[in-house]
Amino acid sequence: MTTTLSAILILGAIGFALAAILFLVSKRFAVYEDPRIDQVEQSLPGANCGGCGFPGCRNFAEACVKGDLSTLRCPVGGNDTMKTVATILGREAVESAPKVAVLLCNGACDKRPKTNQYNGATSCSIEALTYAGDTACQYGCLGQGECADACTFDALHMDPLTGLPVVDEAVCTACGACVKACPRGLFELRLKGDEAKRVYVACKNKDKGAVARKACNVACIACSKCQQACQFDAITITDNLAYINDEACTVCGTCVSVCPTGSILSTFTIESAQA
Amino acid sequence: MKTSALRMKTFKIGGIHPPDYKLTAQHPIHTTRLPETAVVLLNQHLGALAQPLVGKGDQVKVGQLIAKANGFISANIHAPVSGKVVKVEPVADVTGYAQPAIHIAVEGDEWLESIDRSDDLITTCDLEPKAIVDRIFEAGIVGLGGACFPTHVKLSPPPGKQASCIIVNAVECEPYLTTDHRLLLEKGEEIVVGLCLAMKATNAPTGYIGIEANKKDAILYLQSISKKYPGIQVVPLQMKYPQGGEKQLIDAITGCRVPSGKLPIDVGAIVLNASTTFAIYEAVQKKKPLIERVLTVTGEALTQPGNYRVRIGSPMSMLAEEAGGVPENTAKLVAGGPMMGKALSSLNSPVTKGSGGLLMLASENAVRKPSRQCIRCGKCITACPMGLEPHLFMTLAEFEAWDQLEKAHIMDCIECGCCTFSCPSNRPLLDYLRIGKTTVGRLRKTRQQA
Amino acid sequence: MKQTPIVAMSPHLHSGDSVEKKMYRVLLALLPAFGVSLFVFGWGTLITTLVAVTACVLFEYLIQRFVLKLPTTVTDGSAALTGLLLAFNLPSNLPIWIIVIGALFAIGLVKQTFGGLGNNPFNPAIAARVFLLVSFPAQMTTWPQPMQRSYLDALTGATPLEALKYHGHDLPNLNDLLLGTTGGSLGEIGALALLLGGAYLLLRKVITWHVPVSILGTVFLFTFLLGWLNPTSYHAVVSTNAVTNGLTFAVFHLLSGGLLLGALFMATDYVTSPMTTKGQLIYGVGIGAITVIIRIFGSYPEGVSFAILIMNALTPLINHYVKPTRFSPGRS
Repeated sequence: MTTTLSAILILGAIGFALAAILFLVSKRFAVYEDPRIDQVEQSLPGANCGGCGFPGCRNFAEACVKGDLSTLRCPVGGNDTMKTVATILGREAVESAPKVAVLLCNGACDKRPKTNQYNGATSCSIEALTYAGDTACQYGCLGQGECADACTFDALHMDPLTGLPVVDEAVCTACGACVKACPRGLFELRLKGDEAKRVYVACKNKDKGAVARKACNVACIACSKCQQACQFDAITITDNLAYINDEACTVCGTCVSVCPTGSILSTFTIESAQA
Repeated sequence: MKTSALRMKTFKIGGIHPPDYKLTAQHPIHTTRLPETAVVLLNQHLGALAQPLVGKGDQVKVGQLIAKANGFISANIHAPVSGKVVKVEPVADVTGYAQPAIHIAVEGDEWLESIDRSDDLITTCDLEPKAIVDRIFEAGIVGLGGACFPTHVKLSPPPGKQASCIIVNAVECEPYLTTDHRLLLEKGEEIVVGLCLAMKATNAPTGYIGIEANKKDAILYLQSISKKYPGIQVVPLQMKYPQGGEKQLIDAITGCRVPSGKLPIDVGAIVLNASTTFAIYEAVQKKKPLIERVLTVTGEALTQPGNYRVRIGSPMSMLAEEAGGVPENTAKLVAGGPMMGKALSSLNSPVTKGSGGLLMLASENAVRKPSRQCIRCGKCITACPMGLEPHLFMTLAEFEAWDQLEKAHIMDCIECGCCTFSCPSNRPLLDYLRIGKTTVGRLRKTRQQA
Repeated sequence: MKQTPIVAMSPHLHSGDSVEKKMYRVLLALLPAFGVSLFVFGWGTLITTLVAVTACVLFEYLIQRFVLKLPTTVTDGSAALTGLLLAFNLPSNLPIWIIVIGALFAIGLVKQTFGGLGNNPFNPAIAARVFLLVSFPAQMTTWPQPMQRSYLDALTGATPLEALKYHGHDLPNLNDLLLGTTGGSLGEIGALALLLGGAYLLLRKVITWHVPVSILGTVFLFTFLLGWLNPTSYHAVVSTNAVTNGLTFAVFHLLSGGLLLGALFMATDYVTSPMTTKGQLIYGVGIGAITVIIRIFGSYPEGVSFAILIMNALTPLINHYVKPTRFSPGRS
């Protein structure tokens, strides 16, 4: 009986002493942290993708609590998440239109003939460092899939038929990882558009028309037909390359029908092509 | 030769012994025909692009300055042929990327009168050191070993630094290439005079000529010539790759190691390639700018392999024709040697100041075997002449751990390829090391700017 | 040119060296010792080796093909080598089912769990041997007497190291140790045959001298000092001269047990030994010292396997801290 009692007493005393120490230490060394940081963090997607420019969601949450919401944006959560964050912090939400990653190259295997065989390490950046690529186009997709590896949301896949990556826009969060990963800079975050309607020049070839055309059937040859056809001044041509400003574009589709090489792509069927 | 192989000098760390393949060592240098059109790239040197001085329709003579150096670290470019400038437009260089170039349609072969085209040897030179460097600058001479660093910059050490020796790199440790070997045999004395000129320009008391043991005839010949020139010593070296690397050669000859991140001049040495030394001779004594160079065109199946003197700007395809056409079984075309040369995606790119050879590899040698897991055998470490850990670099580069790569001294890598050559798992080590070096270099630059 | 050109970064030459070449050369180097064993133990050697090699190769294939669903690498010879080394570490009269368990442990648990060749932290053959030793101590420590040449019904006897450790008489003479007419595991007997194989590996540059020499040197030095300073405690008194005693003791330790097999063929395994020469020397000295400590002060008569396993575990640490000598120090 006495042994049991002494055991209980001794263990109890040790437990109490340790509890006291823990209590004192936690009081003495307590660090104040804004409770809103936790709240904000919980409202974030938690993918730690880095699309916002911070290493992780926690860092982004800290920045939200401290900083100006108009300069901060979680591309994954989009407007809904930013609204929740604004409500937690009692501030105004800043709306911005959702975006999606778009590949600016349409040079599939059948349209852009191979002029040599690449035999080096399977990495786009290494291939780009080695030489201009296995086609005559020094601007186009190299097809080693570094973008697909970089995507944390599984929204990018290499299509074995075309040799090009395909963006799954339902999953793409426009975090920008592929934009950073591509050594050729072939990805652009463009406005998702109403009903996901977009028109864009799927080419980055800055060579003169004849050179570009020789390398790839669907290259932009800077003929400026699209520029003349556009009624909204949305198309500019610099360095032998047309570019459609997505803010000004009304997705009318006129440029798509006048393009002689088919380098302008649309995400929808244009009904009155000959209008 | 009396020096036994054991007593010959070499560098101390790492190195490999690739097969020799010097098929063209006994082929005298042959001057090729002129091209129909010469395409002269404006980036034939390290540093700023040269600024073109001619435009479409201009008539040029051989040796005329057509693009001038843009700043100190840059080089002049001269017309290698006479004729009419057709256009100034980008063209794909050896990497396939387009670079600005001057296209000249060849008409006859009319040289500037100031150039001495005779073969007479001129040994005396009463120019001041500064004037010698100026002539080298005027002639647009760059390192012809492949790095293309402007030679006048090398010969103008920064204030407070003094060269104690000039080393002529006649090692030619790359398999297949024989241009330096042939030049030594055919223009040996000119090279020795070129070395004297470089010594005079930098006030260096000693000159060494480092030659590997597989060129016995060249060693004997130069030893006999160099007796006439005080202060010059021919150093026979053991065969080992990459002995032609600047740092390895200095280590082999003087025993000094260039500290990490420093230049050879910090240990008082300046290294000049044998072809560069010959170009210095021609520039100073003959007033001839750098408009042609010798290339080895080689490959097992080639019908007429050889050493060809060719005007800069000639297409590589012309060289291939001169050598009997590209053999059927060729799978890889390499500009330069097999260890450090660049594989060509087409033969359309022009010969530049830095081209050392054109090598045609048959299919069995050209295709890499599939890469497998690292078995940690440490062959890459043993082979690395810089004492680095290539296997670790590859893993770090795959994981994009750039800061760790920098801490592990990746910038020491000289890209010699010994690691990839030795790897039993056929891992593309150097591919990843290069991407690591490029990225770390870029990060450093942004850090310095910040 | 028939095809479009192939493009890759330099170098465009390769030494032609391959994993297969290395593995098959080690297999070849083990043949003399196998021959000796075949002569000394007869059928037992043949059965044990066949079972071990077949089981290792089969498990490697099955695991890669059906469990990991990866391309199989059985042809690289590493599984066959593991099998042969495992067999070399077993008594030649071991029941087949135990050998199969050992092979499964070596390939399944030690090698493929960690990602196959190149990623295993421990030498699979040695790890399997130690696993069997602690799991089946009786079967693993009854060795057939030499020159019986039968399988399960052979008379058993002590190994030289057991004789030395427990009573000090019936010690085999130098000739027996060199030629292999002693008891012991299948492949550890026959010092001359093992040295021949080791010399071949050194000559073909499959291994370097660093690991074997540092192991053997350490063992020699350590046992020589012990035999010289304290001859009576180790049943090793052969003469009144202390130095002769030390030498005899040291040579006996060098040639007996699994030391030569371990030092030449198993500690030199690429995957589990340090990559720099400095690291290899540290690793070798460690193995030598631990071996002698276990043999003389521990409860087992033999300690090479344990020593190698312990140093295998330290290899990542050695690789991390022992870096190759750089060409020149300073900031890069």
